[in-house]
Amino acid sequence: MNRLNQLFNTKKQDLLSIYFTAGYPALNTTVDIAEALEKAGADFLEVGFPYSDPVADGPTIQNSSQTALENGMTLKVLFEELKELRKRVSIPIILMGYVNPMVQYGVERFCQTAAEVGVDGVIVPDLPMYEYENMYKDTFAKYGLSNIFLVTPQTSEERIRKIDSLSNSFIYLLSSSSITGGNLNVSNQIEDYYKRVKAMDLKNPLIIGFGISNNATYKKACQYANGAIVGSVFVKYLGSRPDYLQGIGDFVKTIK
Amino acid sequence: MKYGVNEQGYYGDFGGAYIPEMLYPNVEELRQQYQTILNDDSFKAEFNQLLKDYVGRPSPLYHAKRYSEKYGANIFLKREDLNHTGSHKINNAIGQILLAERLGKKRIIAETGAGQHGVATATVCALKGIECVVYMGEIDIQRQAPNVARMKMLGAKVVPATSGSKTLKDATNEAMRDWINNPVDTHYIIGSVVGPYPYPEMVAQFQSIISLETKKQLLEQTGRELPDYVLACVGGGSNAMGMFYHFLDDEGVKLIAVEAAGKGVESGHSAATTFLGKEGVLHGSRTILMQTEDGQVVEPYSISAGLDYPGIGPQHAHLYKIKRAEYVSITDEESLQAGLLLSQTEGIIPAIESAHAFAYLEKMQFKKDDNVVICLSGRGDKDLDTYIKYFGY
Repeated sequence: MNRLNQLFNTKKQDLLSIYFTAGYPALNTTVDIAEALEKAGADFLEVGFPYSDPVADGPTIQNSSQTALENGMTLKVLFEELKELRKRVSIPIILMGYVNPMVQYGVERFCQTAAEVGVDGVIVPDLPMYEYENMYKDTFAKYGLSNIFLVTPQTSEERIRKIDSLSNSFIYLLSSSSITGGNLNVSNQIEDYYKRVKAMDLKNPLIIGFGISNNATYKKACQYANGAIVGSVFVKYLGSRPDYLQGIGDFVKTIK
Repeated sequence: MKYGVNEQGYYGDFGGAYIPEMLYPNVEELRQQYQTILNDDSFKAEFNQLLKDYVGRPSPLYHAKRYSEKYGANIFLKREDLNHTGSHKINNAIGQILLAERLGKKRIIAETGAGQHGVATATVCALKGIECVVYMGEIDIQRQAPNVARMKMLGAKVVPATSGSKTLKDATNEAMRDWINNPVDTHYIIGSVVGPYPYPEMVAQFQSIISLETKKQLLEQTGRELPDYVLACVGGGSNAMGMFYHFLDDEGVKLIAVEAAGKGVESGHSAATTFLGKEGVLHGSRTILMQTEDGQVVEPYSISAGLDYPGIGPQHAHLYKIKRAEYVSITDEESLQAGLLLSQTEGIIPAIESAHAFAYLEKMQFKKDDNVVICLSGRGDKDLDTYIKYFGY
């Protein structure tokens, strides 16, 4: 059982995950940031591996990816860095990125190395369900990695059920059909969507992401799901001050 | 069709729909409906009527006498430059606006490099009274000012893409983001045979009118339906796919796709995708693309804004891999010289994109009775500034 499953077995509510881009604002700080986030009370983490053309991301994460690439971040560098990870960090770690860098690295080699350095799951927004099921599912399973799927307000019930059947950690519920970095707007329509998904009684926990930027939106998300993911606002924070490591505790307090 | 797409949207190893979940409903809606709509009689009637009365089709197949003498073969030019708006792009824009209308969409977005696709999209949106937003790289906006003015005059909003290389690739990213944020009421008119399935197939079908007409016209003019050679330039590859489409299964017809070598294939300033690229995923399909070892997309370069795209359509990637078509490349300089030669030999100023295809004639050997068709995909008005600067007029 990987760390994600252990976490979801023991904690059912108010989970907090934080996203940050590896190599941003500086190279080789991934483990330091992860350690600080764990101490500050994050329940699990998403580490973005940068890509030149991140179509699902808004300007904040895109800019952080571009800076990370300029800093020299690659999957190879990231995996080297993560070799230190499990000496200092025990919460689950998910890698998030796009399919092309993963394909170029080699999907089997990617899964094997990720598992070796202590990664628990992967989010690849442009890896379609069809390709995952037919080409990569067995490889992910062989190395005990979870593949996490996204669900949007437009995703059909039939497709959500299929995603649930292919998932073995959690389902990433998008607060709206949008790129990252927007504002969570909990209209009646969105509430209906959360309620609709919750009422489907899925086997996997639900974590809400996109547009979670403060305590109010985090609490709201936790009313409908098992927890929430904070991304762009944390990336913005990292870029805003040179002593970002010291302030991570205070940052997390503003959310939780 | 032997070289066509399978049910999952693949051409051999290439194609598919590598899209985030946010785009799945839009792309799935298209996949389920496009073929039914395209085969609907009222769609076909309106499409064909607009191609005839609005675009001015069939475009002529012109037997270029002086070119034929120069190169020692029968050289025919498929005159897509004579279409309304000045290029082949209008064929696809008309097809997709009719499709969008039938899907009940109220807003159109598009991306453009050289501006020809943007102008074609703005044109059909004006024709149908539909809101139009065109994404264009900041650098392309500067180098293609006349087309930007045209789009604005036609009522479109032109939004600069300021990320990355500020060219077509980035305009495509911005258009995809817009589509993600507006999934219900918006249709994205992709301008080339790229993107997630069904776009490459759908755009190829709309452009296949080029080879359909060519076959008929060749038969009338030469008594032979099949040429020996077919040439077309390739950025994403929509004019080439339309030019190849109805010849794909005629194995005797040699298909030649001409890419932009820029300042030279090895110069670091090139868009010669098949020479420099390898298999990967970009903008929704598995194809051949220029990238680093780490899978980051490499910025392409060509003097022609329409050809500096880091990938090619997945069907092209397939035709390249199985060697059904030959992929070659031509430098900036060779293309500009070819543009001048066509101007002064046949009285036609071609788009620099098309001039790449013409330049390759210099490197070919013909038999006297060879029939050769070149797609003259667009006219050179938009490129006059570049020609002026290069030749010092």
